[in-house]
Amino acid sequence: MRSPERPHVVIRGVTKRFQVGDGAVEALGRIDVTIATGAFVCLIGASGCGKSTLLRIVAGFEEPTTGEVLVDAKPVTAPGSDRGMVFQDYALFPWMTVRQNIGFGPRQRQLPRKEVDDIADEFVRLVGLESAANRYPSQLSGGMKQRVAIARVLANNANILLMDEPFGALDALTREQLQRELLQIWSRARVTVVFVTHSVEEAALLADRVLVMSAGPGRIESDINVDLPRPREVSSPEFNAVRRELARRLTSHMASARARVDELT
Amino acid sequence: MSEQVTALPDATSHSIPQAPSPVRRRSRLAEKARAIALGAGFPLVLILLWDRAVALTGTRLVPSPRQVAVMMYDFSFGGVYDDAFSATILTHIWKSMTRVYGGFFLAALIGIPLGLMIGRIRVLRQLLDPTINLLRPIPVTAWLPLSMIFFGLGPNAAIFLVFLGAFYPILLNTMFGVRSVDVRLFEAAAMLGCSGPAMFRQIVFPASLPAIFNGLRIAHGFAWILIVVGEMTGVPTGLGSVIMDGRTLSRTDLVVTGMIVIGVCGFVTDRIIVVISNRVLQWSPQHHA
Repeated sequence: MRSPERPHVVIRGVTKRFQVGDGAVEALGRIDVTIATGAFVCLIGASGCGKSTLLRIVAGFEEPTTGEVLVDAKPVTAPGSDRGMVFQDYALFPWMTVRQNIGFGPRQRQLPRKEVDDIADEFVRLVGLESAANRYPSQLSGGMKQRVAIARVLANNANILLMDEPFGALDALTREQLQRELLQIWSRARVTVVFVTHSVEEAALLADRVLVMSAGPGRIESDINVDLPRPREVSSPEFNAVRRELARRLTSHMASARARVDELT
Repeated sequence: MSEQVTALPDATSHSIPQAPSPVRRRSRLAEKARAIALGAGFPLVLILLWDRAVALTGTRLVPSPRQVAVMMYDFSFGGVYDDAFSATILTHIWKSMTRVYGGFFLAALIGIPLGLMIGRIRVLRQLLDPTINLLRPIPVTAWLPLSMIFFGLGPNAAIFLVFLGAFYPILLNTMFGVRSVDVRLFEAAAMLGCSGPAMFRQIVFPASLPAIFNGLRIAHGFAWILIVVGEMTGVPTGLGSVIMDGRTLSRTDLVVTGMIVIGVCGFVTDRIIVVISNRVLQWSPQHHA
């Protein structure tokens, strides 16, 4: 079904420096990662470790200072509809209804109106928002907004979902619900997911593979495969072992990063 | 579907207004009646004070409310004084409206596209922003002599002055609207395959609409304010010229009548703009005026 060996995203020698005032801040050290087609990869790390920057480079919103990103063997130069970004703050178009938001991508492709409507309706159904299809974003709860954001990129044929702490602003109950739905969508739609989070629990629950990042400058410290069977049982000892392992790596990298900073100062 | 259950009660109350219970409807009506009574009651008190003040001081320079009411009747229907102003109200309102809306729509037609472009395109901003801020503080009245030279004595000078007054609020609010659009929306649109002119039409313009409507409303108020100045340029008809005539003829009842008619016209048309903007901006919960 999936072809895990075929690379979907190749990040090669990517670094990123930001100009801040007179000095430069090195946000990303050298990053080399290959992500397989259909994988669910979580990027985890403390705030400021550059995980969002890396995601934005893959999305094409930022240019890497050196190195390149290849998607389906083609270099990324600009945002494209093959890579759908899901933002923490949703970034829905507030003047469009749920259906219009979801139909926005297909509308850009100049499809016939009928076809745009059919696609929009299909993805409204996929995320279970039939009863809210004609509402505006301001009339939706956070969980419903994030469903619209996911449907909006899927409706545009995105085969990579780039998610930047998408459930960070949601309450615990809604977050669990959306995590379950995301896994269903992922297994049904066969998309590749790159998911940024700072929650060890979320990474252990969702990912095939977890990349643990550390700051100053941002780098990938550990690359861990999570091969727990799905659906994952959060109270099982195996799940807890994964979670503990991730937490241990995360904190030890944070400690060593702090030590590095101390040495410098 | 715990999410649906928790979300629905709150969300539905916005979009699907349920039939209000009779009790609640009655109290809403009472609340509305109270608001109208208070809003209309205050001007009535002012008129009463005006009437008393004129009677107590015995002045002949300021007309009493009764005199103004008679003048208003004559201005509207004739049959009292039967002079040049009797039953001419509609002509004057119509003439003033053509100038107010000529200037206003011209300002919107130029101000909105220009504001969108200046807000979005850096080079244009660097090119035009200093000039705009230099010209903006110049009072419209200061343009009066030049506008009479440019456009001669007539309606075009009035339209030009109204245009000037309405132009800056529309331009500046549109620029501000564009500048304050969430960058994420541009990113989201770009990632969904939108770019170039389509971005202007589909993202920049609708996202700036709340600010644009604010500008239009302020500009519309200025346009009615400026009609008196605009019609000082020697046009024979229009509410501003009626007031100027009243001044020359020392007919203060005519002056006050003209003032009231302008006030009412401005008020009614402002309400129309509010209704339109609430309709267009129904997606924006902050904007309902």
